[in-house]
This record gives sequence, C-alpha cells and structure tokens, in this order.
Amino acid sequence: MSIINIKTPLTVDIRKELKAGDEVLLTGTILTARDAAHKRLRDILKKGKPLPLNLKDAVIYYCGPTPARPGRAIGSCGPTTSSRMDHFTTDLIELGLGGMIGKGDRSDEVKAAIKKHKCVYFLATGGIGALLSTKVKSSKVILYGDLGPEAIHKLEVKDFPLLVGIDSRGTDIYPPKH
Amino acid sequence: MREMDVRKIREAVTELCLKANFELRRDILKALKTALKRETSPRAKNLLKALIENAALAKKKRIAICQDTGFVSVFIELGSSVLLSGGDLAEAVNRGVEDAYRKGYLRKSIVNDPILRKNTNTNTPSIIHIDIAQGDKVRISVSPKGFGSENKSAIKMLKPTASERDIIDFVLEVVKLAGPDGCPPYILGIGIGGTFDYAAHLSKRALLRPIGFSNRKRHFRRLEKDILKAVNSLGIGPMGLGGKTTALGVNVEEFPTHIAGLPVAVTVSCHATRSAEKTL
Repeated sequence: MSIINIKTPLTVDIRKELKAGDEVLLTGTILTARDAAHKRLRDILKKGKPLPLNLKDAVIYYCGPTPARPGRAIGSCGPTTSSRMDHFTTDLIELGLGGMIGKGDRSDEVKAAIKKHKCVYFLATGGIGALLSTKVKSSKVILYGDLGPEAIHKLEVKDFPLLVGIDSRGTDIYPPKH
Repeated sequence: MREMDVRKIREAVTELCLKANFELRRDILKALKTALKRETSPRAKNLLKALIENAALAKKKRIAICQDTGFVSVFIELGSSVLLSGGDLAEAVNRGVEDAYRKGYLRKSIVNDPILRKNTNTNTPSIIHIDIAQGDKVRISVSPKGFGSENKSAIKMLKPTASERDIIDFVLEVVKLAGPDGCPPYILGIGIGGTFDYAAHLSKRALLRPIGFSNRKRHFRRLEKDILKAVNSLGIGPMGLGGKTTALGVNVEEFPTHIAGLPVAVTVSCHATRSAEKTL
C-alpha cells in the first residue's frame, strides 16, 4: 500500500481523501491534550466562553511526553488511550477539529460526530515513544503548564507515522464490538 | 548481622528504575522476535518490527521505551540478618525513585490525591512491598507500570467449584474488554487464590517473572499454556489490528485459598512491561 503524505492544517478537502486503513505521514503542527486538559477545555465551553485556542482544522494528539533531554526536541512521545477522551470529544469536533491521534477504539457517539463533521481519527502505534520522538522537530508548552506532562504542547512534526483509524465517512479500522 | 546503609538501597532503586525504563526486558524482546517469525500479516509484522526498533533506540539513546514511565512498584526481600542504618527505608526508596525520574528525564505521572489530582512532580510515592526473607541479603525489584494497560486489569471472585475452563473464560473476557486499548500484545499476570487483595498482589508479582511457562507446579504451567493459546486465538493482535499475537506471555502465581472461594486477578500489562532487579 502506498503511503500518503499530508500537511496541517487538516482541511476538509484533505480529510475527505483519507480512508480507514491508509498509512499516512503527517507533517506540520499538532497539539497535545489528554484527560486533564480536555476537562479544562470542556469546563470553559460549559460556561459558554470561547476556547483559548483555535481548533479549526487542528489536530489533537492524545499524548503526555517525557521531558526532553538537553539538545533534543522532546522525550518519549507515544499515544495514550483515546477512549478516555470520548466524552469530551464531540464538543471539540463540533468546533471544527480536523483530526485526533491516539490509540484504541472510540465510542459510537464519537464515530457519529466524526462522520457528521468529516473529521478523522488517526492511530499512532502505542509503546514506540522513543521512535516517535525522532519525528518531532520542536515542542513548546502553550497552555496549562501547571499540568506538567498533561499541559497542551504545540509540536512541530515531520513525517509522523499514522494509520487512519476512523475516516470521514465513519468507517472504522477496528471490527465492531460484540 | 550485616549492616546496610539505606543510601545503598536508594542508589539501587534509582539504577533499577532507569534500567527498566530504557532497556526492554530480554525475555520480552525475545518473545517479540519469536512473534515476528510467526505472524503472517504484513501489518502485524510491521508493528512488531517497530516495537523491536523502538527498544533498540530507547536503549541506545537513553529515551524511555514508552512515555508512560509508570507508577513504580518496589518489591523488597529483606534478609532478617540485615540491620538497616542511615534513615528510613521507605523514604530511601522514594528518594531513589525521585532521583531516577529527574536524572533520566522520565515522566512524572503521579497525582497527590485521586480526587484533587495535583501532580507531585517526583513520580512518588511508589508502592512498596516488603517481605522478610532468611539471610543477610536485600533483593530489590522495581516495576514501573503504565496505566493504559493497568486500567484494563480486573478481578473476579469465582466459585470454589469453578473449573480451569471458567478461569480461562474470565481471562478471555478481560482481554476482549482490553481490546486494542492497552497496547497488545499483552503480558498477563494472573493471581489465583488467596484473598481479594492478595490475588491482585500476586497478579502484579507474576509480571516480575520472565515469561515462558515458569510456574513451579505442573498444572499451573499447563494452565499458563492453555490461557496463552486461548488468548492468542482471539485474533486481537498487535495494536488490536489483527494477528496471531494477542499476548506474549502468561504468568500465573498461586496461593492457598478459602473453602468458599477462588479469587482470580488479571493484571493486563502492555508489550513494554518493565521491571529490573538486583540483590545487594
């Protein structure tokens, strides 16, 4: 199978071309966010206030990296389990989020939102954080620094290897749950 | 009596935490290579290759194998002829963990309170188990455990009349629920017998043993084999994307139990199951 090269921002036109099972190399800017950061974003939305970051066509990576050694951009930086973010996700997709990167499957609700808004869910391989660190060119905490590894980091990545897990038509790489 | 300064234990804990996080266990690396030969699907093969490549890079560059550098459990067998000096043992262990996580650029993943959830920024406290053994040695094992797989662990109080098939069925249920989430291929630590809490403890302790059907009792070795075969027939495979390797190993630890029960605990552990040990 051929490998598809894509760049951020992840516009609808790019998203529509991707199919579940496609191998992708992603280049550009991605934002890390995991449980605690998602909870803060959700709390802001609950109050009816605007988010402190623009999610339109953005890509969120469910990741809490290890600290960078001196001279390196980042430490180990593989994906965390996506399903823990499921109950926060629909709101973000509705704000125009272009894609998410994580590991494992998603709820039916998230799948429906992906389909409705032509979003994409990517899989990164779990447990290869050392290898993935070589694809990250820079990392900067942009929000919630007090959360330590759970802060929102802005990462510049080059040829970050992914699989399309759920495509914009809602097709899932994983077999249905029984 | 043999006198030992707890600073030696602190240094050993640091060394072991670093080793465990940078160097994938030999038995696991070997199992990954065996699995690579057995898998036929290109995707499963590529994933296993990436895991092997990742292990080599982590060791060479001293980068954590996985960013989830875990909650550290420390198992200490303390010889009864050892006289500890120089301070408190638990404090020495925790300082040892803290040193490792600072010096090794490892992730600090522990929050101070399960409700208030403020990061302690030291990756401590660790969970310390102390057993008194004979002799004048101190044996230390550390096991930094990631929570992606920990979240998938489970325990069930089976009936005392339950069969080995019932045990296998429960393990299969746990692995199916874990699915792709906890980074398969898994290593399963299984505690059978004892009490509710002790079965869970045994299941964690079982992960310290190298994989490969090593229970001392023949019927448990057979059970380990039967569970592995059943789990690998589920087809979940590496990353849950299909394949013959859903688990790399199954380790059972057992203990006498009560006439009214048969506790079975399953600690699900990822392909980057980490531990290291040394004797002082």
